Amino acid sequence: MKASLKDNAVDFSFVFPAVLIFSIFYIYPFFYSFILSLTNYDLIGNFDFKKYYVGFRNFQDIFSDRDWWKSMYNGAFITFWALTFQNILALILALAVDKVIRLKKFYRVVFFILPVLSEIIIGLLMRQFLISEPVGRDVFNHLLTNVGLGAMAQEWLSGDKVRLVTALVHCWKGFGWAFVIFLAGLQSIPEQLYEAARIDGANAWRTFCKVTVPLLMPVITLILVLTILGTMQAFAMILALTKGAGGETTVPVMIIYFHLGNRFAGLACAEGLILGIILVAVSFTMFFISKKVREKYGVLPD
Amino acid sequence: MRFKKVLFFLTAIVVLVLSACSQKPAEDEKNEIVIWHWMTDRQTAFKELAKKYEEQTGVKIGFKLIFPPDIYSQKVIAAARAETLPDIFGILGEKRTLGSFIRAGYIVNLNSYMEANQEEWKERFYPQTLKLLAFPKDSHYDVPPGIYGVPIDTTIMQFVYNRSLFKEAGLVPDKYPETFKEFIAYTQTVKEKTKVNGFVCGWGEGWLLNCLATEWAINLMGEDKFFKTIKGEVPYTDKEWIEVFSLFSKLKDEGILVSNIATMTNKESESAFSRGKAVFSFNGSWAVNVYKQLSPDLDYAFFPLPKVSSRFPVKTWGGAGSSFMVSAKSSRKEEAIKFLNWFTSEEQQKFLIRETNNFPAIKGCEEYLPQNLKSSINVFSSLTHPDVWPYSEDSRVIEVLNKGLQQIVMDLKTPQEVALEIQRKKEKISRK
Repeated sequence: MKASLKDNAVDFSFVFPAVLIFSIFYIYPFFYSFILSLTNYDLIGNFDFKKYYVGFRNFQDIFSDRDWWKSMYNGAFITFWALTFQNILALILALAVDKVIRLKKFYRVVFFILPVLSEIIIGLLMRQFLISEPVGRDVFNHLLTNVGLGAMAQEWLSGDKVRLVTALVHCWKGFGWAFVIFLAGLQSIPEQLYEAARIDGANAWRTFCKVTVPLLMPVITLILVLTILGTMQAFAMILALTKGAGGETTVPVMIIYFHLGNRFAGLACAEGLILGIILVAVSFTMFFISKKVREKYGVLPD
Repeated sequence: MRFKKVLFFLTAIVVLVLSACSQKPAEDEKNEIVIWHWMTDRQTAFKELAKKYEEQTGVKIGFKLIFPPDIYSQKVIAAARAETLPDIFGILGEKRTLGSFIRAGYIVNLNSYMEANQEEWKERFYPQTLKLLAFPKDSHYDVPPGIYGVPIDTTIMQFVYNRSLFKEAGLVPDKYPETFKEFIAYTQTVKEKTKVNGFVCGWGEGWLLNCLATEWAINLMGEDKFFKTIKGEVPYTDKEWIEVFSLFSKLKDEGILVSNIATMTNKESESAFSRGKAVFSFNGSWAVNVYKQLSPDLDYAFFPLPKVSSRFPVKTWGGAGSSFMVSAKSSRKEEAIKFLNWFTSEEQQKFLIRETNNFPAIKGCEEYLPQNLKSSINVFSSLTHPDVWPYSEDSRVIEVLNKGLQQIVMDLKTPQEVALEIQRKKEKISRK
């Protein structure tokens, strides 16, 4: 039976608010950003495309801008640590909590406190924790000294280690949400599969490799993609923690923010688009790789 | 029936969205002059003055505080585009921004008002302060000549030292270091005798590094050569520029900088200095109010830049303070200008000095200045600021310079490497 125009209109009405909001706040800004990226408009006064048009000059500038690519490197460095250290830690903790251990609910809450806190608060808190007087409280170095590792005490946010410390603070803040998603994924794996594996004589490691990982692959992909998107766009925590540390922890969004603040709107939009395109490309690559892995393990539905 | 309900629902959503996009500002409907500003420390004083003005004239004034400053700036730009600017507002940032606002027709030219009654209003101000808001004929900002803003205070960037620590270290508290060499020697003496750090500053905020580097550069190479660098005629890799960058390297090598200075905010630096955690700092005249709030008994004094050369005179970064502009789109322009005239009269300025401890924008209030600021009057004749220079450096070059200086004090780069990076950026931008 063919649906009438009236029925279609009624159906469409349910998605209309979402379409409207998406169009106003996502589609329109995206195209407007692209138009702005072709200009040197300074955001003040009426926008006259012909007057401000510079073609693809902003994109050319970005490709030869060492500061931009250094910020991309910084972002990629922090992302690498988030993808590996943060997510492996989250998976280990999720596996531990998923098994029947005491105070399981307590740990779930505790691990999720950090992602709930504001990035600025985490940045400022860790700044107090990691740096010495006169600004910080040097808590970490005091802890090291008290456990007999005083020789390791140092200025954690200076010199060439500032990038690594920033990455680790980012991981510390972010592992909680990965933990929650991993835990949800683990709990969706049917218990019978583990029982069958045990009956077949599989040890814990083999069960993990042959049952847990393949069935967790959609969740792993989701976490990897969200980690890449979230970390490459990280900004507030890093700003509060190090202020960019002379470019050592300057990430792409900081550069975009700086250019917007100085009214190089076209350049900032071009940078935003390049960052967006790179992130979309990486995300699709991740989904593609995930699909191939799932095909290999035979867990992809036909 | 169901279709009608759905249609009603859709219409309601569209009406709601369109009404949210309405351009009519709420303030416009009230009978008051609306002023937007970002100065948290002055809101109470401003409100008191607004009350006083209303009592005297019957005109209501609404001071609206928007904070932090970068959010304030974004709001002003957005309001300008939406044509919802308040009657009076301030513009933060470079003179280039003010120029853009003028070219777009958002700001009233106050020249005729300033020059009325034998220039009575204009004559009140320190010329250095007013110059920052004035555009001469044929300026490189490409705007009609005139005065486009009303300064309400003045900021001067200077070194500051802790007199108590000087006494404790056996130094004469009234004798400050006049040269860079003396500065290092004094710092080391205090450090040896009191174990207190040498120098603290919010160098995580690059502009403070830029102020200091500019002052030393002008002292070392003179204004002519400095401007030639901005014009692109002298490279940043010139040996005198490398000498300027090396001063920061020297400060690091001598161990007189507090730890983590390259990531420190000015608020953190002010807090450290007020707690006696460093003997020297570099800060603006607003610090008088900050130190008073943080540590009322702090014994300190400002002093001019420690010279690195005697070939050229020392110039002090300053003149620019807070200022207000009148919106050209305001329906109450005349009332707004009258209020600003009243606001910058001697009585009101004295009140602001008393309440906020800031340096005034007008002459004749010197005796009311806080004790710590009185010596700053001596540097008034040697003030300098990018907004009054004949040429302005691109902010992207300044950003590379600031980051480079941070890397020098973090021991990540040499002055030569930093000079090369700045010059590379400068050439790239100049080629366009």
